[in-house]
Amino acid sequence: MTRFILNNELVETGLPSGYVLLDFIRKNKGLTGTKEGCREGDCGACTVLVGEYHNTEIKYINVNSCLMPIGSVNGKHVVTIEGLNTNKLNPVQEAFVYEGGTQCGFCTSGFIVSLMGYIITNINYKFEDAIEYISGNICRCTGYEGIKRAIWRALNEISKLKINSLRNYEEYRIELVKYEIIPDYFLTIKEKLKQLNSIKQEDLKIDRNYLVGGGTDLYVQKLEELVDKNVIIISNDESYREIFLSGKEIYIGGGCTVSMIESSEIIDGYYPELKDFLKLFGSKQIRNKATVAGNIVNASPIGDLTNMLIALGAKIILSSGREKRTLSLKDFYKGYKNLDKAPDELIESIIIQIPEGKYLFNFEKVSRRIYLDIASVNSSFFANVENGYLSNVRISAGGVAPIPLYLKKTSKLLENVHLNSELILEAANTAQREISPITDARGSAEYKSLLLRQLILAHFQKFYSELVKPEIIFQWEV
Amino acid sequence: MINFDSIKHVRGESQFVYDFIPFEKVLYAYVFYSPVAHGIIKKINLDNALGIPGVRYIFTYKDITGENQVGGIIQDEVLLAENEVDFIGQPIALVVADNFLTAKHAAKLIKCDIEELPSIFDPREAFQKGSLIIPPRVFSLGDVDEAWKECDVIVEDRVESGSQEHLYLETQGSIAFPVENEGIKIFSSTQNPTGVQRVAARVLNMPMNKIEVDVLRIGGGFGGKEDQATHWAVLTAMAAKKLQTAVKLILPRQEDMRITGKRHPYSTDFKIGLKKDGKIVAYEVTYYQNAGAAADLSPAILERTLFHTTNSYYIPNVRATAISCKTNLPPFTAFRGFGGPQAMFVMECALYKASQVLGIDYHQLQKINLLKDGDEFPYGQRAENCRAKVCYDSLEKIYKVDEVKGRIEKFNNQNRFIKKSYSIMPVCFGISFTTTFLNQASALVHVYTDGSVSISTAAVEMGQGVNAKLINIASRVFSIPPTRIKLETTNTTRIANTSPTAASKGSDLNGFATMEACQAILKRLKKLAATELKIEDENQIEFKDEVVYCKGEKTDLTWNKIVQKAYVNRVSLSAHAFHATPGLYFDRDTSKGHPFAYHVYGTALIEVTVDCLRGTYKLDSVQVVHDLGETLHPVVDKGQIEGGIVQGIGWMTMEEIIYDKRGKLITDSLSTYKIPDVYGAPEKIEIHFLENAPNDFGPFKSKAVGEPPFMYGIGAFFAILKAMNVFRPGLEIKFIAPMTHERVLMTLYSEVKEKVRL
Ligand SMILES: Cc1cc2nc3c(=O)[nH]c(=O)nc-3n(C[C@H](O)[C@H](O)[C@H](O)COP(=O)(O)OP(=O)(O)OC[C@H]3O[C@@H](n4cnc5c(N)ncnc54)[C@H](O)[C@@H]3O)c2cc1C
Ligand code: FES
Ligand code: FES
Repeated sequence: MTRFILNNELVETGLPSGYVLLDFIRKNKGLTGTKEGCREGDCGACTVLVGEYHNTEIKYINVNSCLMPIGSVNGKHVVTIEGLNTNKLNPVQEAFVYEGGTQCGFCTSGFIVSLMGYIITNINYKFEDAIEYISGNICRCTGYEGIKRAIWRALNEISKLKINSLRNYEEYRIELVKYEIIPDYFLTIKEKLKQLNSIKQEDLKIDRNYLVGGGTDLYVQKLEELVDKNVIIISNDESYREIFLSGKEIYIGGGCTVSMIESSEIIDGYYPELKDFLKLFGSKQIRNKATVAGNIVNASPIGDLTNMLIALGAKIILSSGREKRTLSLKDFYKGYKNLDKAPDELIESIIIQIPEGKYLFNFEKVSRRIYLDIASVNSSFFANVENGYLSNVRISAGGVAPIPLYLKKTSKLLENVHLNSELILEAANTAQREISPITDARGSAEYKSLLLRQLILAHFQKFYSELVKPEIIFQWEV
Repeated sequence: MINFDSIKHVRGESQFVYDFIPFEKVLYAYVFYSPVAHGIIKKINLDNALGIPGVRYIFTYKDITGENQVGGIIQDEVLLAENEVDFIGQPIALVVADNFLTAKHAAKLIKCDIEELPSIFDPREAFQKGSLIIPPRVFSLGDVDEAWKECDVIVEDRVESGSQEHLYLETQGSIAFPVENEGIKIFSSTQNPTGVQRVAARVLNMPMNKIEVDVLRIGGGFGGKEDQATHWAVLTAMAAKKLQTAVKLILPRQEDMRITGKRHPYSTDFKIGLKKDGKIVAYEVTYYQNAGAAADLSPAILERTLFHTTNSYYIPNVRATAISCKTNLPPFTAFRGFGGPQAMFVMECALYKASQVLGIDYHQLQKINLLKDGDEFPYGQRAENCRAKVCYDSLEKIYKVDEVKGRIEKFNNQNRFIKKSYSIMPVCFGISFTTTFLNQASALVHVYTDGSVSISTAAVEMGQGVNAKLINIASRVFSIPPTRIKLETTNTTRIANTSPTAASKGSDLNGFATMEACQAILKRLKKLAATELKIEDENQIEFKDEVVYCKGEKTDLTWNKIVQKAYVNRVSLSAHAFHATPGLYFDRDTSKGHPFAYHVYGTALIEVTVDCLRGTYKLDSVQVVHDLGETLHPVVDKGQIEGGIVQGIGWMTMEEIIYDKRGKLITDSLSTYKIPDVYGAPEKIEIHFLENAPNDFGPFKSKAVGEPPFMYGIGAFFAILKAMNVFRPGLEIKFIAPMTHERVLMTLYSEVKEKVRL
């Protein structure tokens, strides 16, 4: 049995936990404000908010309901556009109307839901942050300009209410209710969720073959197989969702989402650049669901997080329930979608070392569209530097081989050497010899090879700009 | 001024076809389509599919009771394949089942033996082999052959422009259900209700009056639902008739992308001749239009390409040949601009290349050749009230183009790998259906006894705000608030024989019809008021803010009262008006005439930043001076311009349609086909409506707005090209759009690329 609160209504359903939330909302509940534009997480028309009771507060995230198994909202609050409407237009809705933020209207509820997600989870408003909340929403009509105007206007209007001096979300939401920005039932949800979560869950008959993290790969790839299964949702298990420091190692639970990594203070303390790199990963909605282990196990050659983790020298802990083993991530991949993993093993956590001394860490990704797109090629670079010498050099490359690639030779070439322009060019050349790209929708093989060369150069351009000059980059052999 | 429809949108209360749940029982349909690009169907075996529980019926062409024909301009397209298939995605059968997944699953079990035949995908190859949709069309002006002699320089090249997926957020869909008297009612997401009705009647062998098509709104069309919504509507109608129950067919995104037509790719040769001072003397161009496997709207689109051959410029000697080539791809169809963008892109390529050879700045060359009043277009019409120059000049002034240049130059001197540039794109677009008879519309207006008003027209609301504009027109004629006026669905029983909502003409045609219907009622009310107020001359009566004025004086009569009195006095409170755009003609034999009611002008300034190390770019800004006449609705018009620009930029930059060698679409999902997202759109868009620019040929002096702004996007291509040229002066360029990140990098590093070892 799956139990959750849908807007203001408690729902209980015996549908399989793998059934899709979007279908439940539209077909089973007849709430048609949530739209379907693609069913693959790429348009945002299906965006809903999911609120989870955690440490005295409810935290809401915006997600693509088309990729969500209903099992993953068990014990949570799901908010659709209908659940955000009050008797009058809220400031976001009103701004959309006045500034031309909507034309055909098909994408619009998705945008409103995403932005209301921003409003109810952020006390201090910043235009750029609000935009990030709609990074997964596509509109074909407006060209986004009217939407941007509407966001300015809405944030401005709400700022005038001066409710942003409040200390916590509970008080803040009381104010939002007072000004009819959200409906008043929001204030009753906390109690309802507490109650809901106190009900002992009878164990589902679970199909062990179907292990879901965030579902952002699985529900794109094999939706039809999953909708009538009782899938296991690993990210429902708190123990897989922790990030903690142990000695010189950071442990990241396999069920942690990309968003959790972005906002982790521990990770930010050691690798502050990571959160910026992760902005290039999917959209806000996707990052809110996509898990680290899912990215690793999906084994896509272009996995961004995997690419970064390889350069960081990450290890993974695999557990079969009975046994555990630790493996270097770069050794996990045997061939295309072929992993050093037994069927009953799952990734419990990922370990990265905290950096020692001065280090360089960079991530490069080029895709057809800069945001919300899969890389044509990506590459990460890590090295320690001392007295102008590089050590522990680890360079990864994605989209250029059947697996997420560790560039062994290229990395080795740069180990303990004094950098100069020629060496950088040679590294770029060497990288091109380590790969075997293919032509597909993300680019021709030729392009990907050239692009990797450029991205290797870009790593160095970032840290040693004087060594990477336009005059030399057109040379081929050194 | 707001658009009342948007209030429903932001609350998620607007309904689209797939939201309707008005039936106890509805069956779901799924299309089984050809997996090969060209072949002979040897055998179809439906047994396995029919054996799935929940499958109700599988339709093939044999179930068609009327004519198996959906072609509009030319009758060359079957609804369901008979013996031959001509493209991957061509519908062969329709599976109808209790639910969607069952229908989809069953479709996978259909066995279809097809003997493959050779296919053609390249339009030039089709031309060589004589595979044409219609004979080539030629527009000409002056004497090109003679004119070459006068030229100081002559430049030739080839231009390729790519296809484009409409990506309306609402995919194609329809629900049909049986009604009494053996009728069928269809809810379709179409821009062309009469088109659906006509074809359904033909295919089902029924009179048109037994088929009712109703459109509430559609979730984006952009031309993609002008001709190509028909198939799905007719398929559901056929199924509903046979099974006597409601049948729903909503194309999943991937099927929509694979099966339905897109913007036509063009391959073009041009030759341009100029004087040393930059004046263009002659222009010869041959367009090879890739039409796909059937005519669809290709001949009309081809014609519009010819109409816009010279865009905003005057060229005294022109010969433009357009060839519609038949290939084994899904029939390409209407898409915002309708062949115009393809022509204008070539024109700009010609100017760009000429500017490099002549050593005259590209934008200077544009200015030297801008159209003026009285200049003749290659199709014989002359430019009247021409606003090409005033738009261009205002743009330079308002957005301080000189300062922009300086700022960019400074930036480029300080940055080695990151280069900025700008481009200017003038647009001149003719307004009217170029098929003259389509320039007709009608409106039915009712005033109810409580004073509220209902309007029905032929226009389909698809986000372009036509409803808001029509309401505004009625509100101005009656002088009552817009809140008292309701726009009804577009329905073939209320408004018959409609033209599609297309060619940017929706609000012009239906606006005039609405205006005339409202005026007819108003005239009756004025007459009645005159009688009531006991004056002779009804012209002394005026309606202002729901009050009747007599000789400028307020009276006790209100809108509500006079409406009541009209009813009691048996004065009709309804009117139907018919409008046909006057003065249009075009002779297809001579290719001369006066096909357009007027032209829309405008100019855009586009700034970009190109990362020449990674081969990526960013659109910094688009600033526009646009001639709208007098705007009917500023919020709507601005939105149309902004949206059009971003679509145009998408076409020129990241949106790339790729087929494999067998003609299968590779970019068949939103994960592989990319349209601009909020970060991919220009960081800033500014629109300046040209002032003091009334238009005598539009309702309340307005101008149409839908298509012209799309072509501003062409400027993005040249802005990127210019930035690449700053990084690598003298770079050899090819005019191939879209200018994807891949193309930027491969062009910038062509020497390096050649040495890449695989
Ligand atoms: C619109 C969209 C955009 C995307 N953009 C990007 C992008 O920019 N960069 C990128 O790298 N990826 C992207 N992805 C892919 C995807 O989001 C990521 O790969 C994500 O990390 C997958 O995680 P998940 O938890 O959703 O995986 P799921 O779909 O839940 O699972 C994927 C696989 O991992 C297995 N699995 C999950 N958890 C575990 C575990 N703990 N132990 C063992 N096996 C496990 C599952 O059984 C399944 O086989 C995108 C996807 C979408 C739909
Ligand atoms: S339907 Fe497009 S993201 Fe869910
Ligand atoms: S308003 Fe039509 S897609 Fe956004």
